[in-house]
Amino acid sequence: MSDMAAQSSAPAELPRAKTDWLPLLLVPALAVLALPFVGSPSTWVTLTVAGLAMGMMIFLMASGLTLVFGLMDIINFGHGVFISLGAYATLLVLGPLAGWATADSIGLNLALLGLCILVAMGVTALAGAVFERVIVRPVYGSHLKQILVTMGGLIVTEQLIHALWGASPIPIPLPQSLRGAFVLGDIVMERYRVVAVAIGLIVFIGMQLLLNRTRIGLLIRAGVENPEMVEALGYRIRRLFVSVFIAGSALAGLGGVMWAFYRQTLTAGMGMEVMVLVFIVIIIGGLGSVGGCFVGSILVALVANYVGFIEPKLALISNILVMALVLIWRPQGLFPVARR
Amino acid sequence: MTEPLLHLSGVHTHIGPYHILHGVDFAVPAGELTMLLGRNGAGKTTTLRTIMGLWQASSGRIRFDGSDITTRATPDIARAGIAYVPEAMGIFTDLTVRENIVLAARSGPVDKNRLDWILGLFPALKRFWNLPAGNLSGGQKQMLAIARAIAEPRRLLLIDEPTKGLAPVMVRSMIEAFKALKASGETILLVEQNFYAASALGDNVVVMDDGRIVHSGAMSDLVADKDLQQRLLGLSLDAHQ
Repeated sequence: MSDMAAQSSAPAELPRAKTDWLPLLLVPALAVLALPFVGSPSTWVTLTVAGLAMGMMIFLMASGLTLVFGLMDIINFGHGVFISLGAYATLLVLGPLAGWATADSIGLNLALLGLCILVAMGVTALAGAVFERVIVRPVYGSHLKQILVTMGGLIVTEQLIHALWGASPIPIPLPQSLRGAFVLGDIVMERYRVVAVAIGLIVFIGMQLLLNRTRIGLLIRAGVENPEMVEALGYRIRRLFVSVFIAGSALAGLGGVMWAFYRQTLTAGMGMEVMVLVFIVIIIGGLGSVGGCFVGSILVALVANYVGFIEPKLALISNILVMALVLIWRPQGLFPVARR
Repeated sequence: MTEPLLHLSGVHTHIGPYHILHGVDFAVPAGELTMLLGRNGAGKTTTLRTIMGLWQASSGRIRFDGSDITTRATPDIARAGIAYVPEAMGIFTDLTVRENIVLAARSGPVDKNRLDWILGLFPALKRFWNLPAGNLSGGQKQMLAIARAIAEPRRLLLIDEPTKGLAPVMVRSMIEAFKALKASGETILLVEQNFYAASALGDNVVVMDDGRIVHSGAMSDLVADKDLQQRLLGLSLDAHQ
């Protein structure tokens, strides 16, 4: 980063910003609170790992949307289509490289997953560029039009997916090494979920580094708060908008791949189906906050898992309850982003 | 008078159905501090925003350093060397003081000597260097806004009401900072309602009323002429001291 001189001129004993730990403590507090209700520690670990994995997948699907909303003030109801497109893009890799999925080689299996992710991100980035130019750009500044037009874009793209790949659900195989579970005593952790946690963490850390340690990250954070001032400093915010939209679409594509392998079935509506969850976590996290989206995703997924085990009848409303409680506590979300 | 760095001729600006600027003409000479005065609603902020391209002039011409910038986009105008400090300061409150300044230095690292000079002008910023700018007081935010505008050498600074709402002690600090900026050779167009501050700083003065220029000339002439002050601004310097 180009601020070495700025760093060196400042006295070393300067106070540093205080971290807002309270929302971060919610996750361990929830986990500890759930333990006596779950009863068995091994079941609790299994549920916690499963919840973390689910949370990471939700985060991957939602992180792009929160950035797009925060920076561009765009309500993109069509975001789900990038999740579906990303999922279907796996077929472009699984078709010619089907043997890699069944090969008894962890290297080939992980390479296949990596290739699926790369291709899906490429496809959804391209689709995002087209979607922004054709559908979103004409409705900047009008939330109602954005909702209507992006919903329309979603329906059209879902129909295109039907036209290209057919309307029937398509089963996809999980690569051989990612099937099954790690068993440690009484604790069972599905391999794929552990991989999902790892990928989610890598993406989260990467996004944090990008947003907090690079000039482009500073620009995005500044643009979320005051795009006009960013322009007055000489930066072309429109290019930044488009880049973030494309990156957000690519992240949704990555989430789509992870979600697809988790479900092991592709349907054109799979993106739309998770959008309620996606909107809940970005609202809980604070619109525009990547850290908030991360914590919100984990919180929602853990609650769903614990409640689903303890009191299955309440599982359906647990997400809404979490959102209501968080918004009563912090009406702007866990990590509110300042806006102009 | 030296060759003008900025020249507005016959600038009209409409905002929606409202006609705000009615043929604004004035010049800002290089290396001098020009005060833009006028009552609330006179069109001062609109003039600065029109120069920056944040609102487009509907007719007329704005020339900067010999080039026509009337229809250029805001980032291009900023890149041409004009820095803007809006009335609301435009501080990025989620970013630290350091990050605000780093972002303003478009062409690369902030020069160490320049940064030392800036922090010498506004020593309060040192104490909050790594804290979110949202923690700063109103006066400190104003200091940061100006520090950000001068993070790199610029050809022209447009500053909108920097002393508005500040405590007298802060106004005095701000006046000293502007004197130092002036002494360093910066060209400044400063919108101000505080005539005491304006008279202490301005080389030249432009007075607006109802979207029109009603007076322009040397600040010393306006300071010396109480009748003119009364007629143009409805005040006298004595009332502001």
